[in-house]
Amino acid sequence: MKVVVCVKQIPDPADPGALDPETRTLRRNVKLILDESDSYGVEMALQLVDAAGEGSVHLVSMVPNDEVSGLRTALAMGADSATLISDEVLAGSDALGTSRVLAAAIERAEPDLVLAATESSDGYTGVVPAQVAELLGLPSVTFAKEIAVEGSAATVRRQTEAGADLVECPLPAVVSVTAGVVEPRYPSFRGIMQAKNKPVDQLKIADLGIAAERVGWAGAGQEITDVAEAPERAAGEVVVDEGDAHERIVAFLDELKVI
Amino acid sequence: MALDKIWVFCEAGDDGVATITLEMLAKAREVAGTVEVFCGGDGAACAAELGDHGVTAVHATGDLDGRMKGVSVASAVAAAISDGGVVAPDAILLGTTYDGRDVAARLSVKLDVSVLSNVVDLRLDGDRLVGVEPVFGGTLNVTSRFTGGGPDIWLVRPKSFEPAAVGGSPAEVVDLPVPDLGSTGGAVVQDRFTEESEGPKLDEAAIVVSGGRGLGAAEAYSLIEGLAKQLGAAPGASRAIVDAGWVPYSYQVGQTGKVVKPTVYIACGISGATQHLVGMKGSKNIIAINKDSEAPIFAVADLGIVGDVHKVLPKLTEALESR
Repeated sequence: MKVVVCVKQIPDPADPGALDPETRTLRRNVKLILDESDSYGVEMALQLVDAAGEGSVHLVSMVPNDEVSGLRTALAMGADSATLISDEVLAGSDALGTSRVLAAAIERAEPDLVLAATESSDGYTGVVPAQVAELLGLPSVTFAKEIAVEGSAATVRRQTEAGADLVECPLPAVVSVTAGVVEPRYPSFRGIMQAKNKPVDQLKIADLGIAAERVGWAGAGQEITDVAEAPERAAGEVVVDEGDAHERIVAFLDELKVI
Repeated sequence: MALDKIWVFCEAGDDGVATITLEMLAKAREVAGTVEVFCGGDGAACAAELGDHGVTAVHATGDLDGRMKGVSVASAVAAAISDGGVVAPDAILLGTTYDGRDVAARLSVKLDVSVLSNVVDLRLDGDRLVGVEPVFGGTLNVTSRFTGGGPDIWLVRPKSFEPAAVGGSPAEVVDLPVPDLGSTGGAVVQDRFTEESEGPKLDEAAIVVSGGRGLGAAEAYSLIEGLAKQLGAAPGASRAIVDAGWVPYSYQVGQTGKVVKPTVYIACGISGATQHLVGMKGSKNIIAINKDSEAPIFAVADLGIVGDVHKVLPKLTEALESR
């Protein structure tokens, strides 16, 4: 079984940088790391391949520079190989442009199953997995809490407003995984050493037969017209607990007439 | 100048039309001459309520027989537009929900148009909409517009607008046939489970009590549940403890989770990462309990308690019990 996992390298959320005043998008010239949201898809893929007793986990990612450190993290967890579409024309891509590139790279890998996070931690559009599925002509199940593969079908427990749906889906298919449903393994020292020699195939969009005007700034069907500071919320009273802070909370709730 | 026509993706709630749908309808009426909805399911059942909210037509697929809503509804809308069965709307609004995102994503590929996600406000700029999206924990508001051909697809965050009934006759129900989905239609729902949770829903509760990493361990989440029960509040969570698997994703408040705007939000052991703040700083009153006096959550709290949640919460719950 071949599982492709879409992963994204993002600025460290602890130090996300700023909007570039020229382009009004996130500056990407800071150090990039593996989006923590993607570690669940990688872990899920490793577990599914383990359960199947055979197979491989292949990563697909894109970036406007040649950053690979986030990919190495996922390879150190145990993924076997990666395709990185690294091309400066990708800068400024919207979700649909991103999906076009990922879909083209995934198609070449001929996977049985494609996993992704439900949304990235930085852009968080939440539409890429289903866009990729539509571009590939595949069924999709988003917001998976559990996945089991048997033969050429997957059974997925999908998060819903009311609770969960149990969905049967023929493979190949695209499934997005919610955070927290598996415990991502920490890369072992051996894993980190091995990751350095695992194959990372670096491609340009021309290698995928995609025209430059379909991605990046040129292909984005949207533009930012204004960036403004949001009104700030003022801080209120701060009390250091001396064993009786709960009384202050009760009084506050009383004032608000909610108890 | 207003838009000619807007379509809103209609979802069902516990009791009729979902609140997010009614919220979007209120905004849609402000900016467009004609407001219609489309839905994956039965249109007749909600035609009266939708009419009351200013909707003139419900384009409904009828029962989907377990097929996934995203691909079914998106395929039906795209087919109706390309067949000329309906005149394409200028804009399509969908909620940032599990199904709303699926429909928007599939539809954007089918119509080859961009999607703008997470908008919390929409307004007219000339004859087209612009949308506002909060970034960096809501410290910056980014306004965007579409540059390509329409229809413009907007994914709207819940709680962005106030629903308002305007009184209108029931909406006309129009058949929205789902075409053959081919290879994209293989996924089928076999069974549906309802997670019974006590008390109010997270996004509707007047009081929300949320827990974060400061609880220390999954077992300590019972402190949150105990207080929530006592207050008739909904329990919530920061991303950190959802990622850690302590509570399910459906509990998550934040950028990648639910947006809440309760009368009182009580953040317990939550440091206040930007990811979390964007989901709760619209709350009317915020109480924060955290050991670290430097925690960013205190910058938005009306009442901040510098203290240990393991000590404060049991006493607070007990004090409320004895009232």
